[in-house]
Amino acid sequence: MTKQQANWSPYDNNGGTCVAVAGADYCVIAADTRMSTGYNILTRDYSKIIKLADKCVMASSGFQADVRALQKVLASRHLIYQHQHNKQMSCPAMGQLLSNTLYYKRFFPYYSFNVLGGLDNEGKGCVFTYDAVGSYERVGYSSQGSGSTLIMPFLDNQLKSPSPLLLPAVVCSIYYLFKFSHMDAVTPLSESEAIDLVKTCFASATERDIYTGDKLEIVVLNADGIRREEMDLRKD
Amino acid sequence: MNVMDSAPAKSSLMSPESDIQRTQFPYVTGTSVIGIKYKDGILLAADMGGSYGSTIRYKSVDRLKPVGKHSLLGASGEISDFQEIMKYLDELILYDNMWDDGNSLGPKEVHNYLTRVMYNRRNKFNPLWNSLVLGGVKNGQKYLGTVSMIGVHYEDNHVATGFGNHLARPILRDEWHENLSYEEGVKLLEKCMRVLLYRDRSAVNKLQIAKITEEGVTISQPYSLKTFWNFSAFQNPTVGAEGSW
Repeated sequence: MTKQQANWSPYDNNGGTCVAVAGADYCVIAADTRMSTGYNILTRDYSKIIKLADKCVMASSGFQADVRALQKVLASRHLIYQHQHNKQMSCPAMGQLLSNTLYYKRFFPYYSFNVLGGLDNEGKGCVFTYDAVGSYERVGYSSQGSGSTLIMPFLDNQLKSPSPLLLPAVVCSIYYLFKFSHMDAVTPLSESEAIDLVKTCFASATERDIYTGDKLEIVVLNADGIRREEMDLRKD
Repeated sequence: MNVMDSAPAKSSLMSPESDIQRTQFPYVTGTSVIGIKYKDGILLAADMGGSYGSTIRYKSVDRLKPVGKHSLLGASGEISDFQEIMKYLDELILYDNMWDDGNSLGPKEVHNYLTRVMYNRRNKFNPLWNSLVLGGVKNGQKYLGTVSMIGVHYEDNHVATGFGNHLARPILRDEWHENLSYEEGVKLLEKCMRVLLYRDRSAVNKLQIAKITEEGVTISQPYSLKTFWNFSAFQNPTVGAEGSW
């Protein structure tokens, strides 16, 4: 019998796009709910967003089985943390834990592309963006996954100041300039502006990226707590 | 027909212990399984063929099996691996029963277990070569999920493996609804199985449909679908194709 199948691979790419935007006192984390393999859509309603702690949410795309394994590791590590410290892990702490967890599998990586969003200890929005092997950075906004090539330059255009030495290109209020020293760590948008921007990003990415679509799941974190929104996307 | 040719693996990263025998490709395989939710529970359908490459080697392979009281498992892919999985599951259910605490594993638990077994084996570069469909009902909750050989898993109102993803799911997306009666559900599955029978060369016209509700599992006797092959294009498919016989 001759070999019929292509060589077996332990990896698959199940697609999906994640976006997170941090503001002065909020954080928006969003991802579509399509799960694909090749040209097939496996399901139109698979959530890529998981709440890791009270003020910490992760959105992940890539290989679904690895993503699920990663989520389970983080959930169990967080449970141990709670028993040892009698408190919820902070978002920056979870950010470091996620990096370490990814790097631990440096030579058989989790094929997952994550953005972590939440509120830091001052209640300020924070976003951490990762590659598959754990290098990470705190940023004001980020996009990961199959549609990131379409979304990231758009977010740069709308949100990034031309140079860290200059004032932010978009300044809603001079108030933010005084309140925060490192401006690039948060965006100057209001919460509702950020949500609208994220919706626009996904509506556009869905037009061109076949791995993005079906439904958008948006999680918003602020001083009031955590809130979830949905928006329909193209199903084709 | 060497399973492992002596040639060393190309990438040492991808196979850390390349001299150990592992499943590189399947031997005897079953084709698509499809599953749907319906009003009172879950329906699964699969044919009974067992293919050895492109030869249909076995014609009455049971690919739908009950797991405990609340679950039903359907498998495509390597038949021997499926039978091994059934051994794991029967042992799992038995040990769970031995606690005698009145608790029992529901479909959600069984699906989660399968998910971990499949993923664990792929991590060892020694996969169980199957796509599995797990359905069940417990405490009035319907459950329908699937797992692939590398551990990719999800739940949905209707699922299918292999060719079923290409041919059956578009039909299911069109015609499935929450309140399907048992008769309507069977009719829908038969429609899908007929399409698969016509277009999937490894499908055979001998299938089973299994039902699971709060009352328990029923697996039908094997039966055949009515087919129609008398289209003129089928009568002489090479007519007009010059150079063909």
